[in-house]
Amino acid sequence: MSTAENHASRRDVLKAAAALTVAFWLPRGAGATQQGAEGAAGSALEPNAFVRIGADDTVTVLAKHLEMGQGVYTGLATIVAEELDADWKNVRVDGAPADAKRYNNLAFGPMQGTGGSSSISNSYDQLRKAGATARALLVTAAAQRWKVPAADVTVTSGIVEHKPSGKRAQFGELVADAAKLPVPADVKLKDPATFKLIGKDAARVDSRDKSSGTAMFTQDIHLPGMLTAAVIHAPLYGANVKSFDATKAKAIKGVKSVVAFETPVRSGVAVLAADFWTAKKAAELVSVEWDDSAAFKRSSPELFAEYRELAKQPGASARQVGDVAKAFGSAARTIEATYEFPFLAHASMEPLNCVVRVAAQDCEVWNGEQFQTVDQAAIAKLLGLPPASVKLNQLYAGGSFGRRANPHSDYLLEAVAIAKAAGVSEPVKMVWTREVDMRAGFYRPMYVHTLKAGLDQDGKLVAWQHRIVGQSILAGTAFGGPGLDTSSVEGASTLPYDIPNLSVELHTTKLAVPIQWWRSVGSTHTAFSTECFLDEIARATKQDPYAMRRALLSDEHTRHKAVLELVANKSGWTQPRGKDEVWGLALHESFNTVVGQVVQLRRMANGFKLEKVICAVDCGLAVNPNIVAMQMESGIGYGLAAALSGAITLKDGRIEQGNFDDYSVLRMNQMPAIDVHILPSTNKPTGVGEPGTPVIAPALANALAAASGNSIRTLPLAGQGITFV
Amino acid sequence: MLTLDINGKKFETDAEPDTPLLWVLRDHLGMTGSKYGCGKALCGACTVHVDGAATRSCVLPVSAAATMKITTIEAVGNSTVGKAVQDAWIAENVPQCGYCQSGQVMSATALLTTNKKPPDADIDAAMSGNICRCATYVRIRSAIKRAASALA
Repeated sequence: MSTAENHASRRDVLKAAAALTVAFWLPRGAGATQQGAEGAAGSALEPNAFVRIGADDTVTVLAKHLEMGQGVYTGLATIVAEELDADWKNVRVDGAPADAKRYNNLAFGPMQGTGGSSSISNSYDQLRKAGATARALLVTAAAQRWKVPAADVTVTSGIVEHKPSGKRAQFGELVADAAKLPVPADVKLKDPATFKLIGKDAARVDSRDKSSGTAMFTQDIHLPGMLTAAVIHAPLYGANVKSFDATKAKAIKGVKSVVAFETPVRSGVAVLAADFWTAKKAAELVSVEWDDSAAFKRSSPELFAEYRELAKQPGASARQVGDVAKAFGSAARTIEATYEFPFLAHASMEPLNCVVRVAAQDCEVWNGEQFQTVDQAAIAKLLGLPPASVKLNQLYAGGSFGRRANPHSDYLLEAVAIAKAAGVSEPVKMVWTREVDMRAGFYRPMYVHTLKAGLDQDGKLVAWQHRIVGQSILAGTAFGGPGLDTSSVEGASTLPYDIPNLSVELHTTKLAVPIQWWRSVGSTHTAFSTECFLDEIARATKQDPYAMRRALLSDEHTRHKAVLELVANKSGWTQPRGKDEVWGLALHESFNTVVGQVVQLRRMANGFKLEKVICAVDCGLAVNPNIVAMQMESGIGYGLAAALSGAITLKDGRIEQGNFDDYSVLRMNQMPAIDVHILPSTNKPTGVGEPGTPVIAPALANALAAASGNSIRTLPLAGQGITFV
Repeated sequence: MLTLDINGKKFETDAEPDTPLLWVLRDHLGMTGSKYGCGKALCGACTVHVDGAATRSCVLPVSAAATMKITTIEAVGNSTVGKAVQDAWIAENVPQCGYCQSGQVMSATALLTTNKKPPDADIDAAMSGNICRCATYVRIRSAIKRAASALA
């Protein structure tokens, strides 16, 4: 493996970057020149923006997407390496620079960014072509050198060969010649039946660095002269700094300055010091007077009460099928339920941070970048610079779950505003404490859903009314539009079940609590309310949850049917089970991927044991089945944490949680065994980073309800008298 | 000036005595493998070995660590157990975002050093102080068992 060496060179590059003020990502060549390892700069083959082959045989894939745990560096590299027929041992990955022209997310349009579980799906064709182009150039270079027909040249695992003559060469021996050739416009892609890497479990490219503490996160950046900033945010959203007294803070040795800052998102005070601990200690000694006259001062219980009232009124129509009012009028029986969801924090392991160097003519940023184009434009605007003068250096992100793709670039602008307010030319590393991170907002919004079902005399589902109340994640951002907010209703408006009369309605509320997408966005709540309500209907009509779903899926939902059957078969749903075995099922599509899960609980003397989760997924062709399984496991764990205990609550406008003691997350002893089954598919890949997440909570709630007969209608489960052992 | 024994070498630091060991490692000595996650010994990302025991360095004042032998993620692979754990981590493709994994490796190494073949309950007990938001727990469990087998 070359990953350890890879890291060493990343570090050297970083030092070079600091000293020479050149981009972090760029000097693969510069680093090589310094080290003399990769030959003279310019001898590499770079036929396109995504692949570079060095004279030392190293294949570097430039990843336009952020690696935040989802395995995308490995997935993207696998696609390139497959068509290139590279030796996987020689493949490494660098984060691409910010450049929307070359590195835009094809699913987002003219914008570079990572999200919506789109990385592999939007890159699949693009990177196959990138790899195949590089391969074609190597083949042509070899054919010309050996004076043989190109058609007789083969490439296998990094070796270019002309078998009849026995001539062979490694990639590195051919790059100088190949670099002189015209890049072909069209190249032939492989027959998927011949894939050697795609669909096989290539080892992750980042495992070694991440198991040895050498992977570089923003938190780990040290630059010459760098200052560290600790911040003080207002305790209330919408409060502003009126004045502050930093006398005591400034008396601390090592404190460089204390400044007020303001961004379009918030104002606050920052302490800049030589190191974090000094800055944090000093920040605790700053007394700030806040102007909270316009601040948000409400509490969660009253907000839920208000939402419940709203849910009694018709909302804006998100989807309408048939005549719901008429159907309810003639229904033999109706069932109603109200579901409630709290705010949720992303709570990534790496508290948010950002390193910036602000100069008169340019700005350089070190960050786990999820929203390059948005962040670049926002920083450029704040500094009055052209966007191209804002250089973004890509690093690993210690989680994100959506948080780093902030439509307001909140934490990046904060770091820039602090450096600007302090008037320092040295790099500034802004480090949020866990408490600052957790209270800074940009939560998954709170929601109330009401559902009403109409049944005919035979118990057949004839009417379905679904009302959703909550803030719009998209409103007020560049992604919002004049129409109904689709991100609030996705998963509900796209209900796959065949119901003749259906109405999905939305009340979009406005609160000053900052909100944002959180792993699987609208599905985080719509999967729960729809799948739990379906089980309520099943219980009321004494139907089997699996049989009922299967009967309700129309022929057009073949993928849903296949996933449902797969998870039922693999879990043994239709087989007899013991009286202490209580199971729950849920099925949901998000980001074009269908996931079904069965939760297997065992009733014990002192509570429930969550023994196992069976997960079936149709994500099209699985580029790396092992990583697909990892993402299902990860999504289940993340969704389970929220289901069990995730809740951000407000009291008079203050966030009541601050750290992992009052915002509990999943721990080792709570993690069930998980079996993942991938539906074989030849369709193009679809997303896997998010779709595993929203299915676990309804599957678990349905199991608990099956055990007790009592429906679960509020999340989290903590405080509802349910014990897990 | 305090003298620290880290990874078998002596280091001098002029950090204030109340500075947590974590920040001395990270900001003063440039050893950034140990991570900041919570600052309150709640998440385990900062775990190091102090005289062989898994210890949360974010709440350990550096002055209290001055007389002890400290091992960090930067050198844990020099021990047989640490190397086996890291190899198992790579073989099982454990890390996702990776931010917590230094702490996970340190806790797992401490566990396997004293408990050669830990049953699941012991793994839970030893590892539940280390949070992973990517929920890599299934693979951490497998990797610990793999390392235990390799060491047997």
